[in-house]
Amino acid sequence: MPQSADRVLDHAPLFREPEYQEMFKNKREQFECPLPTEQVNDQVEFTKSWEYREKNLARQSLVVNPAKACQPLGAVFAAAGFEKCMSFVHGSQGCVAYYRSHLSRHFKEPCSAVSSSMTEDAAVFGGLNNMIDGLANTYALYEPKMIAVSTTCMAEVIGDDLQSFIQNAKTKGSVPQEFDVPFAHTPAFVGSHIDGYDNMIKGILENFWKGAVRNAGTSLNIIPGFDGFCVGNNRELKRLLDLMGVEYTFIQDAADQFDTPSDGDYRMYDGGTTIEQVKSALDAKGTISLQYWNTRKTMDYVAEQGQETATFHYPLGVKATDAFLMKVSEISGKAIPEAIRMERGRLIDAMADSQAHLHGKKYAIWGDPDFVQAMAQFVMETGGEPTHCLATNGTKQWESEMKDMLAANPFGASAQVWAGKDLWHLRSLLFTEPVDFMIGSSYGKYLERDTGTPLIRLTFPIFDRHHHHRFPLMGYQGGLRVLTTILDKVFDKLDADTIIPGETDYSFDLTR
Amino acid sequence: MSLDYENDGELHGKLIEEVLAQYPDKFAKRRKKHLSVASDAGTEEIEGAERPVTECDVKSNIKSIPGVMTVRGCAYAGSKGVVWGPIKDMVHISHGPVGCGQYSWSQRRNYYIGKTGIDTFVTMQFTSDFQERDIVFGGDKKLEKIIDEIEDLFPLANGISVQSECPIGLIGDDIEAVSKKKAKEHDTTIVPVRCEGFRGVSQSLGHHIANDAIRDWVFDKKTREVETTPYDVNVIGDYNIGGDAWASRILLEEMGLRVVGNWSGDATLAEVENAVHAKLNLIHCYRSMNYICRHMEEKYGIPWMEYNFFGPSQIAMSLRKIAKHYGPEIEEKAEAVIAKYQPLVDAVIAKYGPRLKGKSVMLYVGGLRPRHVVNAYEDLGMQIAGTGYEFAHNDDYQRTGHYVKKGTLIYDDVTGYELEKFIEAIRPDLVGSGIKEKYPVQKMGIPFRQMHSWDYSGPYHGYDGFAIFARDMDLAINNPVWDLFDAPWTKEAPLAAAAE
Ligand code: SF4
Ligand code: SF4
Repeated sequence: MPQSADRVLDHAPLFREPEYQEMFKNKREQFECPLPTEQVNDQVEFTKSWEYREKNLARQSLVVNPAKACQPLGAVFAAAGFEKCMSFVHGSQGCVAYYRSHLSRHFKEPCSAVSSSMTEDAAVFGGLNNMIDGLANTYALYEPKMIAVSTTCMAEVIGDDLQSFIQNAKTKGSVPQEFDVPFAHTPAFVGSHIDGYDNMIKGILENFWKGAVRNAGTSLNIIPGFDGFCVGNNRELKRLLDLMGVEYTFIQDAADQFDTPSDGDYRMYDGGTTIEQVKSALDAKGTISLQYWNTRKTMDYVAEQGQETATFHYPLGVKATDAFLMKVSEISGKAIPEAIRMERGRLIDAMADSQAHLHGKKYAIWGDPDFVQAMAQFVMETGGEPTHCLATNGTKQWESEMKDMLAANPFGASAQVWAGKDLWHLRSLLFTEPVDFMIGSSYGKYLERDTGTPLIRLTFPIFDRHHHHRFPLMGYQGGLRVLTTILDKVFDKLDADTIIPGETDYSFDLTR
Repeated sequence: MSLDYENDGELHGKLIEEVLAQYPDKFAKRRKKHLSVASDAGTEEIEGAERPVTECDVKSNIKSIPGVMTVRGCAYAGSKGVVWGPIKDMVHISHGPVGCGQYSWSQRRNYYIGKTGIDTFVTMQFTSDFQERDIVFGGDKKLEKIIDEIEDLFPLANGISVQSECPIGLIGDDIEAVSKKKAKEHDTTIVPVRCEGFRGVSQSLGHHIANDAIRDWVFDKKTREVETTPYDVNVIGDYNIGGDAWASRILLEEMGLRVVGNWSGDATLAEVENAVHAKLNLIHCYRSMNYICRHMEEKYGIPWMEYNFFGPSQIAMSLRKIAKHYGPEIEEKAEAVIAKYQPLVDAVIAKYGPRLKGKSVMLYVGGLRPRHVVNAYEDLGMQIAGTGYEFAHNDDYQRTGHYVKKGTLIYDDVTGYELEKFIEAIRPDLVGSGIKEKYPVQKMGIPFRQMHSWDYSGPYHGYDGFAIFARDMDLAINNPVWDLFDAPWTKEAPLAAAAE
C-alpha cells in the first residue's frame, strides 16, 4: 500500500507506484482495446514531419487549440474597469459561469457578472422578460452604480435588441430612468474577446457622451485594452504619468477590481473609472489607446468627438515605451523628467549586461495581436529573432503590418507571421522550424511537453503560475521584468542542459 | 460517522428571511422555495430503505431567476464538460463559436493515460469556431469539412462527438444527418449531441441528453467478441478528477471485481460500447448518469447500485453493500480490503482528527458531492453547517436527508448574494465550493477548498484519496495566513499603550 499518513502522496507520485502502474497496464490491455503501440508511435513521428505540417496548414474549417476567446469575455473584462459596475450578460447563463471562472483562474480573484438566464422559452419568445426581471434583481441585490449589458450567442442569434429592451425595462421600473445601463452587442461569432472589449468601451462612451457638449480641455485619456496584466501595467503607467505631472484619466481600469486586498472584507467592487470621470473624459485634449487592435471602433468614435488620438501596440520594451512617453509629452505638453530617463538607463544597462545570452535566440510568440507585435519588437531589441509570430485573432491587415515591421529590422528577416492560425498549427511549425523559446500563455505548456520548447508565460491567460500579472510588463520597469523573466528561462534551460554529473556538468558554471 | 450534533436551525431560519427581504417581492417568493432548514424526518417506515435522518424540503431543478448571479452552468457543460469530454480516444467538437470550448478547455482535470493529440484528446480544444456566415447560412457544410479534417489529421481517433453550443439549435442545423452520413463514409462512430446551452435549467439536462446520446448512438452499434465473467462491473459516474476513478478501481479489483468499464474518466469508447455486457452497474455520480443505468437495467437487465467512496465510513459501507450482492466469497475479500486499509485510516484520523475536530463546514457543489462528502468530513470530526446543490433534483434532496443533521441550512441554486450573506453570518471554519466562490470567501478570511476540481489536488475517492482529503482540509484550515489579515496597528489597542 503506497499511501501513508506520515507522508501523504499526491496524485503525481501516488500513481507512479507499482500497484497503480500494474493496474493501468491491465486496464489498457484488457478493457481499452488500445491500438498497437507501433501504430501510435508512427503517428507521433508523422506529426513531426513537414508532410503533416502541410496537411495541418491546409486545414480550412477545423480549429484546434486556438489562442482566443469570445466577445462577451472582453465585454465583462471591460465593464470590470468601471466603478461599481455590474456586468449583465443577456442570453444563456452557462456562458457567464464560464467568463467568471476564466477570469478568476487567471487573476486568482473574484469575478462578478450576472446573466439574464434565458432558456428555451426565451428562444421562442425573445428575452425581453428576462431583461426586465434581471435588471430589477441585479439592481436590488448588488447595488451597482451602473449595469453594463452585453450579449451571448443566444441573444444575438435570436436578434434581441438591447436598446429597446433596456428602455422597456426602465419604463417597467426595473431600474430608475436615469440609471446608467450602457450596452454593447457582442456576438461571439464575430471577432474575439478584443472586439468585445472594443464594443463595450464604445457602448459606455456613447452612453455618457451622446448629446453632451465637448469643452476641449488639457487632460489626457488612456484606454488600456484587454490586458491580463492590467493590475501591474495600469499602476506602473499611472506612476509614470504622475512623475510627468500629466493630468489623465484611465477609461477602463480593472487594476483594483482584480487585485483586492485580503483583510477580512470581501469587496465585490473596487476601484475603476467613475461615471464622473467618463463624462468629463469627453473634454480631454486627446485619447491614447494602448492596444490598437482592441479599440478600433472606440478610437474612431473618440476621434469623431474632435479629440487628438494616438494608438499603440501594447507598448513594452525600450522603443515602444519611448514612443508612448513622447506621445504623452506631446499631447500634454509636459516634459519627460530626468527620473524617467534614469529608469530608462537602468533598463538599457540590464539589457547590455545580459545581451550575450539573448543575442540570436529564436522565439515563437503568440497571443493577442497587439501583444505579439510588442513582444516581437522587444525581442528584436535584445538581439533575438521572432521566428514565429502567431495571433489566432489577428487579421490580414495585422499580418501585413507585422510583416512590414519585421522586414524593417535585420533581426526580423527570418520571421514568419501567422494570422488566424492556432496552437495545433504552431505545434507543426515548432517541429519543422524549431525555436529556442516560446512566449505566450499557459496553453503553451502542451507545446512545451510535445516539442520540448521552453515556455515563457507573459500573456493572458496564465493559469498555472501565480501572481505574475500583479507586476508590470509596460514602462521601463516592466521591461526589466520581461527581460528578467526571459533570462530566468534562458538560464534555467542552460542549467538543465548541463546538469548530469560527470557527463554534461563541465559546463555547469557557477557564474553565467 | 455517527457524529452527533445539531445545527442552529433558528439562526438559519432567520438568515433565510433576511436574504429574502432584499429581493423584489415576486422573486423573494420564488427564491423562498429553494431555501430551507433541515428538519426531523417523519417516522414512517420506507419499504426496503433506511429512513433518512432529516428532511430537506426545497424545490429544485427549476429555472434560475434572471440577474441574480447563479453559479450554474449550462447543458453543454453537462454534456461536453462532464459526460463526454473525458472519453479519451474520441475527438469532442465544441460545435459553434469559440468561447464555450475555450473556457472549458482542460478545466475539469479528468486524468487519463495516453498520447495527447495522437491517440487521446481530452486536454485539447476542438472547435468549429463559427463565424457570421455559419450562423447565416448554417454550419452543416462546415461540420462535414471538420469531420473530414479530423479524420485526416487525427486518424487514430476512435470516434467523434458533436457537442452543440447555443446557436446550433437556433439556426436549424441538422447535425444528425451530417453525423450519419460522415460516420458511414469514414466507417467510424460519430455522435451528435443536442446539448445547446439554453436547453433545460442547468448542467443537468445536458447530462441527460448526453446519456441519451450514448443510448442512441453508441449502444448496439458494433459487434465485438467480449469475454465476460460474473464479476464484471461498470463504474458509472466517476470522472477521474485528479485520479478519483483510479483510487476507486484499485479497491474494487482488490475485492475480486472486474471493472470492465469506467464512465467516463480515462475511458475509451470501447469501454462504453462493451458496458452492456457487464453484470452490475456501480454508480457514483447518481445525478449525472442515473439515466443510462436505468436504461441498461431495462434493456439489458443490468442491475445498478449507488455507492460512495468518500471517507472511510462510507467506503466500508459501500464495499460491504457491493459485496453483499455477490455473496460470501466477495464479502470475505471486501472485509479483507477494509481491514487492510484500517491502519491507514486510523493513522490519518489520528494525525488530522485533533487538528480538525469540531470545525464547521459549508458546502455548495454540483449534483452529488453536497451530500456525498458529508461523512468524509464527519470521519474527521468536522460538522456540516450548510449544504446545497447547483443542479440537484428532488431525489437528490431526498437522499441528502440521509446525510445531514437537523438544523442544517439547505440552499438550492443559491445566488451569489445569498451565499455571501450566509457565509458571512455563519462564518464556518471551511467552505467547499467552486472557483467562482473561492476568492470572495477567502477574502473574508475563511479557508476554502474547491470541491469540483479538488483545488488541483486529489484524488479524494478511496482510501488513498481520503489521506489526501484529510491533509488538504488541514492545510486549508490551519495555514498561518488566516491570522495575518488584520494589520496590528488597526487592532483596538489602548491609546496609552500606543503612545509608549
Ligand atoms: S461562444 Fe457563445 S455560447 Fe459560447 S461562451 Fe461565448 S457567447 Fe456563450
Ligand atoms: S459530482 Fe457533481 S460536479 Fe461532479 S459531475 Fe457529478 S454532479 Fe457534476
